[in-house]
Amino acid sequence: MTEQMILRIEDLYKSFGDHEVLKGISLSLNKGETKVVVGPSGTGKSTMLNNINMLIPPDQGRIYLEDVDVTTTTDLTKIRQEIGFVFQDFGLFDHLTARDNVMIGLTRVKKMAGKEAAELAMLELRRVGLEKHAGQYPAELSGGQKQRVGIARALAMQPKLILFDEPTSALDPELIGEVLTVMKNLARDGMTMLIVSHEMGFARTVSDQIIFMENGVIVEQGSPEQLFNNPQQERTREFLFKLTDLYGEGGG
Amino acid sequence: MEGALVTLRLFIAGLGLGVVLGIPLAFGQIYGNKLIRGLIAVYERVLRSIPLLVILFLLYYGLPLLGIRFPPMVAAILGLGLRSSAYQSQIFRGAILSISESQLKAALSLGMTGIQAFFHIILPQAIRIAIPPFANEAAIVLKDTSLAYALGVIELLRQGYYVMTNTAEPLAVFVAIGAIYFVMTVSINTGLARVEKGLKIPGIGVEEGIG
Repeated sequence: MTEQMILRIEDLYKSFGDHEVLKGISLSLNKGETKVVVGPSGTGKSTMLNNINMLIPPDQGRIYLEDVDVTTTTDLTKIRQEIGFVFQDFGLFDHLTARDNVMIGLTRVKKMAGKEAAELAMLELRRVGLEKHAGQYPAELSGGQKQRVGIARALAMQPKLILFDEPTSALDPELIGEVLTVMKNLARDGMTMLIVSHEMGFARTVSDQIIFMENGVIVEQGSPEQLFNNPQQERTREFLFKLTDLYGEGGG
Repeated sequence: MEGALVTLRLFIAGLGLGVVLGIPLAFGQIYGNKLIRGLIAVYERVLRSIPLLVILFLLYYGLPLLGIRFPPMVAAILGLGLRSSAYQSQIFRGAILSISESQLKAALSLGMTGIQAFFHIILPQAIRIAIPPFANEAAIVLKDTSLAYALGVIELLRQGYYVMTNTAEPLAVFVAIGAIYFVMTVSINTGLARVEKGLKIPGIGVEEGIG
């Protein structure tokens, strides 16, 4: 099987004032791969995701989406259409129904006709199990439902890659499962995903690779078996076991 | 009643000028650099801290000394509009800022431009949030048109005054004047409340009985 590279990050640096958040991050993602980034809070995981679609531009380094350099592209809106982003706090548009949240990128950005966009939006809502809630506003949905709308909105744009920034961290424990199930299905369907998450069970069972980040560098990356059973770094072992204790194997 | 029409004209022009100036001022305060933000802050502080009557006198009696002369009607509209713009910019600024940062990020991440995100995501919500305080401001501007009296504009109050001197019926005349202001203010507030209700979306603006 020839592996097609979707995302390649080379030597990413980012500082906020005196605080250096990213200190040379490199990683890559092939088509259909799911990689989960774990690590203590404040290690730059979220900053890295925001760098990838240039919501926060990096200070140094290169980011390639297929063969386009995202950091120097002149058509950023085009690149962003191809990179889905799922936010910790959902980022749903409060004045739009679930369906219109999914549609607006299609009609306003992709300039798709209303009818066609509505059909595609319903298709994506069905995919996350929310077709019955299409007419409801964000304020009328539970956290888990909101996040599933967020995922449907990203999917509708038919991105090459979806970035997830702690998609379940703002959810009540009983709502996490429904979101992880949707993500698991996406992984199975071959979506390419880079996920920042603390859900160890999910990372262990769904990801192709786990990336352990701390203090702005990647400490270790490898398959879940390798990282859980035979980590090369003592720090990786400590962290993974602490998190697994804390969050359990839930969602696996 | 010609006076009532003049009052309405003062109100519409004053409030309208307030909108036209208030929106860019709000933008400047949010998106402007330090210098622009500083200048706007001073503008607002000054206009919100001196009585409207003093502003009107400055425009009508003060500016001619600098060679700038306005007819009373224009001076009154300017005074009402400038002062209202200071208050309205606060209303619009608050409404825009109340929309979560993550919605803007989400819009950009879909590939919208900043301008698209503003018009499709921020503005529709900001308008809904701004209506109640805007209705309040509108009522204030309407009532404050009566201060144009002091510049000799023949608006509702001054016309009432003339009627009173002709009829020697102060009680009846001023009750009638009060009633006309009352009806105008209530109609404006009812109208805007209706607009608010028509645009109502769950979760935006002031909720009634939702926990």
